[in-house]
Amino acid sequence: MARNAVVAVVLWLAAALLPVLLFSDYHLFQMTMVVVYAIAILGLAILTGFNGQISLGHGAFYAIGAYVTAILMSGYDVPYWATLPVSAIVCAAVGFLIGLPALRLGGLYLALTTFALAVAVPQLLKHNALEPWTGGVQGLVIDKPDPPFGLDLSPDAWLYLFSLFIGGVLFLLAWNVVRGRIGRAMMAIRDHALAAEAMGIDIALLKTRTFALSAMYTGIAGSLGAIVVQFVAPDSFGIFVSIYFFVGLVVGGVSSIGGAILGGAFIEFVPNLAEKVSKAAPGAVYGVILIAVMFLMPAGAAGFIGALFARFRRGTKSAVVASAITGETGADKLSAAAALPGGADPDAGGNRSL
Amino acid sequence: MEGVLHQVLSGIASGGIYASVALALVMIYQATHHVNFAQGEMATFSTYIALTLINFGLPYWIAFVITVVVSFVIGLLIERILMRPMMDAPVLASVGVFIGLLLIINSCTGWAFDYMIKTFPTPFPGGPVLFSGYVSGHELGATAVTLVVLIAVYLFFRHTKLGLAMRAAAFNPVSSRLVGIRVGWMLALGWGLAAAIGAIAGMMVAPIVYLDPNMMSGILLYSFAGALLGGIDNPLGAVLGGFAVGIIENLAGAYLVGTELKLTVALIIIVSVLVVKPSGLLGRTVLSRV
Repeated sequence: MARNAVVAVVLWLAAALLPVLLFSDYHLFQMTMVVVYAIAILGLAILTGFNGQISLGHGAFYAIGAYVTAILMSGYDVPYWATLPVSAIVCAAVGFLIGLPALRLGGLYLALTTFALAVAVPQLLKHNALEPWTGGVQGLVIDKPDPPFGLDLSPDAWLYLFSLFIGGVLFLLAWNVVRGRIGRAMMAIRDHALAAEAMGIDIALLKTRTFALSAMYTGIAGSLGAIVVQFVAPDSFGIFVSIYFFVGLVVGGVSSIGGAILGGAFIEFVPNLAEKVSKAAPGAVYGVILIAVMFLMPAGAAGFIGALFARFRRGTKSAVVASAITGETGADKLSAAAALPGGADPDAGGNRSL
Repeated sequence: MEGVLHQVLSGIASGGIYASVALALVMIYQATHHVNFAQGEMATFSTYIALTLINFGLPYWIAFVITVVVSFVIGLLIERILMRPMMDAPVLASVGVFIGLLLIINSCTGWAFDYMIKTFPTPFPGGPVLFSGYVSGHELGATAVTLVVLIAVYLFFRHTKLGLAMRAAAFNPVSSRLVGIRVGWMLALGWGLAAAIGAIAGMMVAPIVYLDPNMMSGILLYSFAGALLGGIDNPLGAVLGGFAVGIIENLAGAYLVGTELKLTVALIIIVSVLVVKPSGLLGRTVLSRV
């Protein structure tokens, strides 16, 4: 475990230093967006992957986070870093409220409700009553923050480091939550709600809290995204933002913390590549890959790489070690089975009582 | 008062569209317990096919029939190729496939027919005609067409052998197979029928809202609301729910929240139904033995 922590810190430092030294500002901007999307997808992964609740509307929380930051920065001159806790609290509160009816909803109904939420969000943001704050259709423009302490960095490089720091903290938090008692309770609800309840888990409370936590993550990502892009407008938060997060989640691997990074990279870079073919290509590529992942590697890219790695290790070492490894990754296997067509139904019990 | 009457009448007109799409959703839900998130995009794609045929110079009603047949075949193929392996998959996998389908069809539509907003012809004489000018000719015609479709679907399921077989396959697949019904093909037929109904709804709504690749996303939302309001496993409920949502939406848009927040009305309907009475007005409360 200690070795893993060392490896993680080294990787994180490398991710911080190498791009700043080597990359141009534009590429740093892209890397920052990868971090932002990774945080958003991580929020979704906590909800969907570890708690079995499907949301197709996390773009709404991303939008709320972005707007909280933009309104505070442009209207009230709040420094960018101070907007993050505010948007975390706002999004967690909204997530908690939306999570309340979600208690009664099995997987499909929650997906439907959040889908409706995502479709309705741009209209709400454009509404006249909110216009003094949101700037209506025009949206809000905010300034790019300068690096502090007279650091000799470009603003893009500083924002990258800032996002990476926030991301690092949030990933560590998610890792600990998921490995701990709460995480086990979340997974117990996902895998067998009835058994979880019998073991004394307060399903309603935990599900709502998970929803709030997940909304908080995606909201913070929205705040960072607004600071990086320096602009928010209602039409940039349509249903497709939510769908892209969902695609990133599935491609990265639904119940994998590291998969969120792969998912973030996927939704940042694949459209850029595909757009060189045609304007319609990104959507088509997303769709085809999404369906292919569902059929071919239901545990996502992270699960696929993990399985390859495990097979490789098993081939070279003794069987005893192999069983130790599979024991270690038992949780991942379980979730892989849950995502597999024909596998264990993650909603068994809870869904049908609706 | 006259304003209210006007809103109710045009609510019925748009409610007919929502009722059709809601019926298509419920047909698929009943048989497979999947909610087809791609239903709206499928209907949009069909509407573009109709527009292309009309631009070729075909008369409207011939283009209409060809479109319905083509949509039926597309729906059938989607079921056979994509949905069959997802039969017993968990919710997440089926939602993933539907979202993938939504993305693919949406981009194919944009790629094949470009993203410009287009007008779509109506076969009905224009201008307000009835009820001292409250209802336009197209609204009246569209309502008539959707009513004919709904009644035809009802008669089909009620009074034909094939309809009975399809209902049986949805209700109890195992027993149906034992009495010799080809359950797989019945599901595929259901998908084809749903796609065809969606196509008709698309062609009827396109002259009102104009045609672009994202035309149906709002309509799909109202149809979800309608289906849930009526009970997602009850076709009659879905139809009534669709009409109710159309009327509520128009009245709320005119007197309560303004046109900018109409989609939020759908969201509120969905959430309230799920919180207050998740089985809908006419739906069956599902009990499970644990």
